[in-house]
Amino acid sequence: MTPSAIELPVTAGDRRIARLAALAIGLTLAEAALPSPLPGVKPGLANIVVLLVLLQFGWRAAAWVSGLRVLAGGLLLGSLFAPGFWLSAAGALVSLSVLALARHLPSRHFGPVSLSVLAAFGHIGGQLALAGLWLLPGAAIVKLLPVFAAAALVFGTTNGVIVARLLAAPASGRRQSAPCTLS
Amino acid sequence: MLRAGDAGVLLAGAGLVVALTLFAWGGDRGDTAVIRAAGKVVGNISLTHAQTFSVSGPLGATQIEIEPGRARVARDPSPRQLCVKQGWLTQSGQAALCLPNQVSLEIRGRISAYDTLGY
Repeated sequence: MTPSAIELPVTAGDRRIARLAALAIGLTLAEAALPSPLPGVKPGLANIVVLLVLLQFGWRAAAWVSGLRVLAGGLLLGSLFAPGFWLSAAGALVSLSVLALARHLPSRHFGPVSLSVLAAFGHIGGQLALAGLWLLPGAAIVKLLPVFAAAALVFGTTNGVIVARLLAAPASGRRQSAPCTLS
Repeated sequence: MLRAGDAGVLLAGAGLVVALTLFAWGGDRGDTAVIRAAGKVVGNISLTHAQTFSVSGPLGATQIEIEPGRARVARDPSPRQLCVKQGWLTQSGQAALCLPNQVSLEIRGRISAYDTLGY
């Protein structure tokens, strides 16, 4: 009996998602090398990619990139199914849910910076909720809330500005869907 | 680059950070100072106006200074001066203990931070 070859048709969209997810994974790995004074306080550079994908290719593609990023990031960092992986997954899940709602905000008034800040708060909110409910119930997470929230605000703003710059830059061979104005 | 809504979101985010800071780190400002000597309460003073108290212990007199909203041990005969170096106490639950002289100063607020403290 000859083994039957299984053909999985790969669309251009699949390749694009894989390429963008690889970019996000690369940023996750680079970021893991950065020292952090407090576990959980990170720039979240991969969110730049997720946000760009959201604005250019829609929420489904962004969810794929984000999910693949969490999974492959966990594999490569050796934290797959460890607490850190679940924290990351919870953050990505809440962040994507927030983005699913926030992307319906009128884009005339709310640009990438808004989306990025809201996503960053969603990220840290999801992580802290899981940490508070599961990992450290009853511990003094409340005392750390201001630090995490401030980090989310700062890094969310920074990432949002980067996304806005990237979208506004005249790109070669890249579609632009969101109109952006340079200030 | 920044649109009108973005500024709103940033302001709301900053407001959230400030609110969380006050909520998590604000604490409960005390309004009463409880002074003990050898385990017995010798004074229950509200932190409304400036006054000083002298409490005597085995080593000598400990001087406690009260000001609106805060209190401290101003002078104490204990050798290491730990309770004096603690400085002004403002938050409910804070305490300065002068153990060699068996004098303690504790701040109480509307809600007690602890049911009881054993020294």
